[in-house]
Amino acid sequence: MKTSLPWKKTTIEDTVAKESQGISRSKEIWMRLMRDKSSMISLGFIVILILVAIFANFLIDEKLVTEQNVAERIQGPSIKHWFGTDLYGRDIFARVIYGSRVSLSIGILTVIISTTIGGLLGSIAAYYGGVTDSIIMRITDVFLAIPEQLLAMTVVAAMGATPLSVIAALSVAVIPNRTRLVRSAVLGIVDTQYVEAARAIGMKNFGIIFNEIIPNSLGPIIVVSTQGIASIMLTASSLSYLGVGIQPPTPEWGAIIFEAREFLRIAPYMLLLPGFVIVLTALAFNLVGDGLRDALDPRLKD
Amino acid sequence: MSDELLNVENLEVIYKTTQETVQAVNKISFTLKRGETLGLVGETGAGKTTTALAIMQLLSKTGKILSTNISFNGRNLLELSDEEMRLQIRGESIAMIFQDPMTALNPVMTVGDQIAEAIRYHSTDINEEEIQKRVDEVLEMVGIQASRKFEYPHQFSGGMKQRVVIAIALSCEPDLLIADEPTTALDVTIQAQVLAMMGELRDRLGTAMIMITHDLGVVAQICDKVAVMYAGELIEQGTLEDLYVSKDHHPYTIGLFGALPNLKEETDRLAPISGLMPDPSKLPKGCNFQERCPHSMDICKEKDPDVFINNTHMIKCFLFAHKES
Amino acid sequence: MIRYVARRLLLLIPILFGVAFLIFFIMELSPGDPATKILGIEAPPEAKEQLREQLGLNDPFFVRFFNYTKNIAFHLDFGVSWRTKNPVFQDILPRIPVSLTLASLGILFATLFGIPLGVISAVKQNTIGDNALRVVATVLVAVPTFLLAMLLILIFSSKLGWLPASGAATLESYILPVITCGGPYGCAILRITRSTMLEEIRQDYVRTARAKGVPDNVVTFKHALQNALLPVVTTIGQNFGAILGGSVVAESVFSLPGIGSLVILGIRSKDTPTVIASVLLISIFFAIIMLIVDLLYAFIDPRIKAKYAKANA
Repeated sequence: MKTSLPWKKTTIEDTVAKESQGISRSKEIWMRLMRDKSSMISLGFIVILILVAIFANFLIDEKLVTEQNVAERIQGPSIKHWFGTDLYGRDIFARVIYGSRVSLSIGILTVIISTTIGGLLGSIAAYYGGVTDSIIMRITDVFLAIPEQLLAMTVVAAMGATPLSVIAALSVAVIPNRTRLVRSAVLGIVDTQYVEAARAIGMKNFGIIFNEIIPNSLGPIIVVSTQGIASIMLTASSLSYLGVGIQPPTPEWGAIIFEAREFLRIAPYMLLLPGFVIVLTALAFNLVGDGLRDALDPRLKD
Repeated sequence: MSDELLNVENLEVIYKTTQETVQAVNKISFTLKRGETLGLVGETGAGKTTTALAIMQLLSKTGKILSTNISFNGRNLLELSDEEMRLQIRGESIAMIFQDPMTALNPVMTVGDQIAEAIRYHSTDINEEEIQKRVDEVLEMVGIQASRKFEYPHQFSGGMKQRVVIAIALSCEPDLLIADEPTTALDVTIQAQVLAMMGELRDRLGTAMIMITHDLGVVAQICDKVAVMYAGELIEQGTLEDLYVSKDHHPYTIGLFGALPNLKEETDRLAPISGLMPDPSKLPKGCNFQERCPHSMDICKEKDPDVFINNTHMIKCFLFAHKES
Repeated sequence: MIRYVARRLLLLIPILFGVAFLIFFIMELSPGDPATKILGIEAPPEAKEQLREQLGLNDPFFVRFFNYTKNIAFHLDFGVSWRTKNPVFQDILPRIPVSLTLASLGILFATLFGIPLGVISAVKQNTIGDNALRVVATVLVAVPTFLLAMLLILIFSSKLGWLPASGAATLESYILPVITCGGPYGCAILRITRSTMLEEIRQDYVRTARAKGVPDNVVTFKHALQNALLPVVTTIGQNFGAILGGSVVAESVFSLPGIGSLVILGIRSKDTPTVIASVLLISIFFAIIMLIVDLLYAFIDPRIKAKYAKANA
């Protein structure tokens, strides 16, 4: 049927030009993150916590961490001792503040190490495929067959209970999981139509790796790493609590609660207040991780 | 008993979220007789699916029906409770099938179970044996071996899946079948088969049908009357003859027909209608089509066009102001 | 299908072999002389040397490992505990039922708590109930197991005196440990159930079911939930390692004589054979559970059942 009217003909170029006025991707993600109130509050808390950890010695005298004061032992919270004192008369608040250094550094260092090594192994496995992939994945499977916390405990058992061995232990426990994650993220991208489309336009391999594979796989890696900090810190605390991690007098949060357990009935504040700090910190990291996940893929939200 | 089955009167539907209010359907009216097939034509986003969902009252939580009367078999559907809708209307008197057969079926239930479900929830005193017999009957009716009722959806091809969907819809022999682009997701050859089958079943069972589609070829094949929707409004309605033979048309309709590739003529490029449908949350004053219409006049920007009726043919456009008879 | 199961079970063997090797290797790195640990520092050097010969401690690493696995495979001999001087197997055996009870009750509790509440939370999205549940679940996941254990003891045992705080004497004494292990786990299940249900409710087949006239609760529980279960089961499997870790803590805090507390005892007293054997056994349990989870998939989703069956063809 012939038209009796001249219709305007649009070109593909016009449409594309109109739609590419969008903002850069990372900025868009950041904007979405900012809208999530709980993430922002948590992020604020974490920043404050990190600052407190770094500048702890300006806020509180380091001596208070180990200074024993028998006269003042087992006192509830007061103006002088915000969190009260422990069985040796040490100021619990000071210990918790300095403990943040220990816990945060363990958490962050472990995440950095495990993400780097795991990421490397996962990418190599995904990129080279074949025998290399099989070997790496079989070895990873063996590691994954041992529950994370147990694996960490075993390593600490072998290496002794020092901060270094705790970091090493936690890294060993977490690396296999990251390896698998990065491998599947990279494999997922390589196969998708993003890459096909990029090749169709004529992008070179290098460009594809930088513009398509890395940005698209970074997402889940960042989310998992952030949420992982909380779980790593909790595991480290568990290790200390069980006596197979960092020991007192180092003020690691788990160790502090370990010392408080005898006084559960008479002086519960000794574990409640530090415990509160632990939960708040883990919660903050979890919320930021959740927020990042929602910001990176809003479809996953309700 | 009157011949009239469905009477949609000034249907108005909005979607209201915390951010905006979207006018999805803006006072449309049409009727349907028993056994008749209406083709509801329009672009994506014109409001066709919303209209169908409104009749079934299956709109999402943000959808609200503002009008007051959808008359079906003499009853006002909008006055029925959800329970009454569920028991008496949905699946029983009015059935609806959707566009994508790949996702329309529950992947973890056998095909037979899914058909049986439709039957089970509408018959009060039917025993299991009779249900299974009916399932077999219905499968045979759409051209699928009854023995396949123990299989899962993923074991069927796209066209077969759509047949299953149709089987589920027709299992209770509804008076009205609303089909929302049932063949769009299928290959052209399968499309023809499925369409032929639908027409045959429609004739056999006397089911009225609303065929939602953007494909004018489908309309020509199976419909008795046509309604063209644009940006939530019905801009043209009429019998098949009115739409395909008559020379008078709304400019949008002309555009739709013009965008069809023609086997007989040589053209360098297809002639799409330039521009896009207006944002339903920010509809323009006056005619919704004015910005894309090559004939738009000043009055089109000011007033909502009047509807001009010529016998069975209705056009909502100021161009036909003189044609009223 | 049976062939698939058999094949998976067979595949477990090399993995467990690898696990044994890994743990053996890690413990190999620990400093100190076993003979000294067993006999004590004051023991005469000749006695220590004799013991070393006897235990084969002078043999190279691989020979020792080979002998170790041989002993396990043929004699169920996991060596002798350096702490108790008993055969390790003898120490472990009575502890197995305790740990099994704790772990199974924990999973049960977590599932019965997480899935129904997750469904309700999804169906009543954004209501007060939903939001309250989400807040509780989010916070509970951030509480470390040992802290939760102590809080529960504080409230229910110390202040209220309702439940015992230690020992495995009665079934009652399992209540707090089960809540400790299963609580955070259940919250993770709740959250994933909720989010997958929210997605499933929006799927096309749900719309088809409603259009058919199927009642809402059938749509929710029969149609949507069954499809939502798949990611939920995945999460149950993925987080199971955490429940095992949590059970180790719970056993310690509540003084339950299970394998978990034995591991801790072993680590603290540097009793290598016990540590190796306990971790190995726990890993075996873990691997079997993961296999069961994998098989559960096939039951839930016929598409996966078909894939598994096809994998043998």
